[in-house]
Amino acid sequence: MAQPYVKKDDDHDDELEYSPFMGIEKGAVLQEARVFNDAQVDPRRCSQVITKLLYLLNQGESFTKVEATEVFFSVTKLFQSKDTGLRRMVYLIIKELSPSSDEVIIVTSSLMKDMNSKIDMYRANAIRVLCRIIDGTLLTQIERYLKQAIVDKNPVVSSAALVSGLHLLKTNPEIVKRWSNEVQEGIQSRSALVQFHALALLHQIRQNDRLAVSKLVGSLTRGSVRSPLAQCLLIRYTSQVIRDMSNHGQSGERPFYEFLESCLRHKAEMVILEAARAITELDGVTSRELTPAITVLQLFLSSPRPVLRFAAVRTLNKVAMTHPMAVTNCNIDMESLISDQNRSIATLAITTLLKTGNESSVERLMKQITNFMSDIADEFKIVVVEAIRSLCVKFPLKYRSLMTFLSNILREEGGFEYKRAIVDSIVTIIRDIPDAKESGLLHLCEFIEDCEFTYLSTQILHFLGIEGPNTSDPSKYIRYIYNRVHLENATVRAAAVSTLAKFGFMVESLKPRITILLKRCIYDSDDEVRDRATLFLSVLGGDGTVDTDKDSTEFLFGSLEVPLVNMETSLKNYDPSEEAFDINSVPREVKSQPLAEKKAQGKKPTGLGAPPAAPASGFDGYERLLSSIPEFASFGKLFKSSSPVELTEAETEYAVNVVKHIFDNHVVFQYNCTNTIPEQLLERVNVIVDASEAEEFSELTSKALNSLPYDSPGQAFVAFEKPAGVPAVGKFSNTLTFVVKEVDASTGEAEDDGVEDEYQLEDLEVVAADYMVKVSVSNFRNAWESMNEEDEHVDEYGLGQRESLGEAIKAVIDLLGMQPCEGTETVPSNARSHTCLLSGVYIGNVKVLVRAQFGMDSSKEIAMKLAVRAEDASVAEAIHEIVANG
Amino acid sequence: MELPPKVKNILLLDSEGKRIAAKYYSGDWPTNTAKEAFEKAVFSKTQKTNAHTEVEVTALENNIIVYKFVQDLHFFVSGGEEENELVLASVLQGLFDAVNLLLRGNADKREALDNLDLIFLCFDEIIDGGIVLETDANVIAEKAGINSIDPNAPLSEQTISQALATAREHLTRSLMK
Repeated sequence: MAQPYVKKDDDHDDELEYSPFMGIEKGAVLQEARVFNDAQVDPRRCSQVITKLLYLLNQGESFTKVEATEVFFSVTKLFQSKDTGLRRMVYLIIKELSPSSDEVIIVTSSLMKDMNSKIDMYRANAIRVLCRIIDGTLLTQIERYLKQAIVDKNPVVSSAALVSGLHLLKTNPEIVKRWSNEVQEGIQSRSALVQFHALALLHQIRQNDRLAVSKLVGSLTRGSVRSPLAQCLLIRYTSQVIRDMSNHGQSGERPFYEFLESCLRHKAEMVILEAARAITELDGVTSRELTPAITVLQLFLSSPRPVLRFAAVRTLNKVAMTHPMAVTNCNIDMESLISDQNRSIATLAITTLLKTGNESSVERLMKQITNFMSDIADEFKIVVVEAIRSLCVKFPLKYRSLMTFLSNILREEGGFEYKRAIVDSIVTIIRDIPDAKESGLLHLCEFIEDCEFTYLSTQILHFLGIEGPNTSDPSKYIRYIYNRVHLENATVRAAAVSTLAKFGFMVESLKPRITILLKRCIYDSDDEVRDRATLFLSVLGGDGTVDTDKDSTEFLFGSLEVPLVNMETSLKNYDPSEEAFDINSVPREVKSQPLAEKKAQGKKPTGLGAPPAAPASGFDGYERLLSSIPEFASFGKLFKSSSPVELTEAETEYAVNVVKHIFDNHVVFQYNCTNTIPEQLLERVNVIVDASEAEEFSELTSKALNSLPYDSPGQAFVAFEKPAGVPAVGKFSNTLTFVVKEVDASTGEAEDDGVEDEYQLEDLEVVAADYMVKVSVSNFRNAWESMNEEDEHVDEYGLGQRESLGEAIKAVIDLLGMQPCEGTETVPSNARSHTCLLSGVYIGNVKVLVRAQFGMDSSKEIAMKLAVRAEDASVAEAIHEIVANG
Repeated sequence: MELPPKVKNILLLDSEGKRIAAKYYSGDWPTNTAKEAFEKAVFSKTQKTNAHTEVEVTALENNIIVYKFVQDLHFFVSGGEEENELVLASVLQGLFDAVNLLLRGNADKREALDNLDLIFLCFDEIIDGGIVLETDANVIAEKAGINSIDPNAPLSEQTISQALATAREHLTRSLMK
């Protein structure tokens, strides 16, 4: 539409490009729409213009409010024409224009007339249009017509009313609920679709009444439903009832299972599939219950219809995750699907086979997949690679053929994501299966000889540096690594230099030779490469003796303990001066994503309420703010600041939140206050804290806020002393005291006299998690192993019934205030067990690592095994205490 | 939430993936850009497959998509991940056959554009706000294909210019074929 001229030229050249909408333009069509206003309506012409308008809307063009209103008003004039075709188009455009409620009035009378017309098509469509644009008050006016329509003898009219009811239920439930009797009658209709729509609506109306739903299902399962769609619905409702019943502890024979099973023999495939799926998804389904469902799905696998094959293999794939044995019967049919024309089906078949395959079939399977891999898209290949990775973990003995397969596909063409999936898989296998290490590392070495992805090359080089020196013959990797120094870009060269240094450091026999290689690197054209080479040469000492200095090990193999973002900020702030940059001055706190703050702001669109302390949020900001206040300057280094805790409800007169600052010997509460009343000025704002439920704390000093004008936040502080290095906990109750002065709205000046007043705030607690700083580790396993195993404390806990594993894990993370590592805080959707890795630094600068294993049984009872390693055994105990008390 | 089967969108694209008609019933694609991106992804994923004889199926971004092609017309119906594929397939088949009936057996892009009003009406008769309204192609075609000549207005009432316009249009069409 942007260049009508160019397009028109094409049009003449190429007859195929002909389109009645060529060069169509919104402005012109809107002009044309004036024809609606003509005294003598030309139905044909008007229909064409409406089609053009619909075409524009459909292509994503939008009308302004004014344009839409104008079109809408002129369209309403077309009701005077008796042309049925035109009327249909008018209905359509009104729905698309979605007029506002004050405009709707114009058409309601016309539509209501159509609702009672003798022409069925008018009745059905007028109902659908009217219900789409109407609001509650108008709805009550037409309610009786709708009730009538539900029981109309024409099924189209009846369906239109029922479907409209389904939509209206969301906005006007109380009205639609009054139609139960009519809807009930609809279920008995002879028309398949009326039955379907009536059932859907009746269930929606009753969905919150468990008994009624159960009754409805109970009566219908005895067989009066004829429509396949309605039968599918009934199956869905039945499984819901089954689920509810098992939740309420009714045991014994599973009710309604027989009904589901009978549906497997229904004549419509749609129903068979729905029933089979419902059975496989039953909670705690037994293999006896599964068998009939698997049998029908197996039949579908060899159907000529792709949709059936897809549906079957998709369902079986899910079953294979929980009941791999039940699916093995289908393996032969599934294998023939590997060569299916439809690649989605083939991929699902393969991943299912990889899940159900037993140890003996792995080799045969791999051979089949090899033929298949070359002609599928990358996204499918990634799914296959991931399935192979889990297979390898399952059958460690088969690593050889799986590793060969992975290395073969690694050599073939492929995009970055695909290659990364392969490399990740090989790395996992090397980590989990010691025997696979040497061959795996060699495969990776060969890969980086010809790898176009810098990211992957550097990752592999890093990995080689950690794993390579511990192999039986480290020297054989050196050639591959040193080749990188010659052949690659600067980033890879620098990574290669670091890896070489690690080999030189760990393997004494290689050290002299590595030193020679590194010396060559100091003439590199890139700064970073030269710097690294020089640095490592000096670390290696160059004198032929192995340096066992702990610092060097730390330097080469330790991970950077501070978050990179914080490091970057600190380095930027650092002035080159006499004083050397101190890495210990870099804050270790992982910056919490400002998401929470954004959300808080979103709740207060007026910009009022306690703000997230704009001038001083974030650890750096707090630290600067506190050290600038003389009273707190002597407290030493700030250990941790909590995120703001709201002490008032949203939208109250005064909004207050508090930030807890933890020091070694002290705790400072920072109260961020906002005055949300324009007519008031607050002065001498102070917070009176009652610490009677916090025995270990004693109030030291407080700093009041002198003046708090409307909508300009300020801070008051209260400081407490507490025993050094001890994670003291307690509860504090707070009262805000202040002097209120009236402000003249017109002049903005405050009166001289004020009234003293106070305002009760919510209680505040200092909890154990406040003494824990979130610090992530880059490689949890290394960090875990480097901690003393004897200091490990393990215990088991029952966490009671929970909604889901994820919820339990979140609760534990919140309780401990630790940083989840390696993305282990997210749980796969239907996992029954999960391991979560956490790390943090406890007060007194004690590093703590936690490995929490969660398991859930069928009744959603969650058990947790918690293993804690800390630099200080007493801290590990303290962590357990937190959990035991939490 | 146990809801009746829901259709997220119906798409009719041409052989280059351009939108001929599309109707979205779900908020998953709030902007036209998002819709176009989805259509492009769907088209490129299914482009090389042969869906001229049987309804084909694939999964994309947590959606199940069934599709069928005729000439240079590509029909798609999408539903959620948990949806019953066969329900979606029956919607697609209903749409496909109804369009074929309405275009009198020679369904291609040009015919579809010439009769776009019928295509829009077809969409409207199959799905209402995501809920399946009708899947029988004959019923859909009958409801959508209402003759646009008003039964109450006899031919003689057409003005001369109207009649001429109709005649001219018929002539140009037959010449262009």
